[in-house]
Amino acid sequence: MTVLEAPVAQREDATVSLSRHRATFPPPSDSAGRGRALLAEVDAAGLRGCGGAGFPTARKLRAIASRNGIIVVNGTEGEPASRKDRMLLCTTPHRVIDGAVLAAHAVRSRQAHICVSRSVPEAAQALRLALAERQGEDGRVHVLVHEAPEHFVVGEETALVHWLNGGEALPTGRRVRMTERGVDGRPTAILNAETAANLAQIAARGAEWFRSTGTDDEPGTRLATVTRPDRSMQVVEVEVGVPLATVITAAGGFVDHDTPVLVGGYFGAWITGAEALAVDFSDAALRPLGASVGAGIVVPLPRPVCGWCETVRLLEWMVGESSRQCGVCVNGLPALASAADAVARGIDPYDNVARLHRWVGHIDHRGGCGLPDGAVRLLRSALRVHANLIGIHARSGGCPCDTGPFLAIPETRSNSWR
Amino acid sequence: MAMKRKLVVDPILCDGRGLCAELVPERITLDDWGFPIVDPSPLSRSEQREARRAVQLCPALALRIESTR
Repeated sequence: MTVLEAPVAQREDATVSLSRHRATFPPPSDSAGRGRALLAEVDAAGLRGCGGAGFPTARKLRAIASRNGIIVVNGTEGEPASRKDRMLLCTTPHRVIDGAVLAAHAVRSRQAHICVSRSVPEAAQALRLALAERQGEDGRVHVLVHEAPEHFVVGEETALVHWLNGGEALPTGRRVRMTERGVDGRPTAILNAETAANLAQIAARGAEWFRSTGTDDEPGTRLATVTRPDRSMQVVEVEVGVPLATVITAAGGFVDHDTPVLVGGYFGAWITGAEALAVDFSDAALRPLGASVGAGIVVPLPRPVCGWCETVRLLEWMVGESSRQCGVCVNGLPALASAADAVARGIDPYDNVARLHRWVGHIDHRGGCGLPDGAVRLLRSALRVHANLIGIHARSGGCPCDTGPFLAIPETRSNSWR
Repeated sequence: MAMKRKLVVDPILCDGRGLCAELVPERITLDDWGFPIVDPSPLSRSEQREARRAVQLCPALALRIESTR
């Protein structure tokens, strides 16, 4: 197994034109009226979502097929350490648009919405230019581009749908599935931008082609965003199942026994350097370590940076990103962040670690969205992987390392959820 | 075929009044901040009456009973 293209260009002026794109990808209208065959192809390919949850795409689409459904492509990419979706949208927007239109054809829908973040205006611009290029093509599926507010939870499915329906971009709870009632009250399937691009690939090259890379359970390739020691990020396309160390070095990153790695996203999990050197980049290999491929984010932490203090920073960021609609988040997350911070300062480590364990059990899966679950996952992994640092902080009365913060954490500038 | 009924709380509607934990203490306890932790296992026949009362009395209308086969 090898890395396919590394590194993938990130220059926005390298946008692939429609004519160049069509040399490889036939127009989606070729698939109109063959929805069932297309769904079967996506099913046979074993395509799973690339936004973090990994839900089987064919199953999601089948849930809304022939039910007056709507397709939404989520390119908001709220995870700060991810660059794959904006890279796709800026350099190969036609792949993503094709994917959206094909998904619409597959479920016999006439409507597709592509959502990007206001914080990445180049993405919306690239999409609009691409749509203008496509004027001459079949216009049966109406494609709309939206620029969503720049908060993390905006990318959560119910939040995105609520916003598209004219409300605030806040999660609405897990009671009603979006495939039942979503945009305009209609059955809605939300696909990550990379998933849509993969869908276009499968329609163009077939399920067997897609299955010729990756593993049996996790076929195909994934886009990984690797943070390098200088804090820059590089997107690479890799076969699922290649060694994680290969993914990291192919992207110009660095990993060794002393380099803990954050895998999946800020809502993912830490693994140790030794584990990172031994594990493959697949859910099957990462699950036993409490991690998953997630949104393809890989952040090796360079030697002097403190994994515990970085975790505290992440928890504090999560507190700020909460929509504050549930007691679990309003109370539980700040309590976790505060106790974790006390541990970082060497204050009552025994009691505070006990509090962390207790609250982690209380908070898990009790919120209206997955944000507290992600915080729990991150913290559980930090308690495991950075356990040695807890004692060091206690004995030093604080953090012994004096390097600055490493993980890129955006400042929440906007107060708007509309 | 017997229906399985379980208590479910909507965490967005809930604002931690705690009435439910008083009415159905075998099924609902409160976390450190007064918010309900609901036991998701199926309710017995005798529990269902108390559960329905809790659903009706919740001031935030955050409690419901879900039925699955």
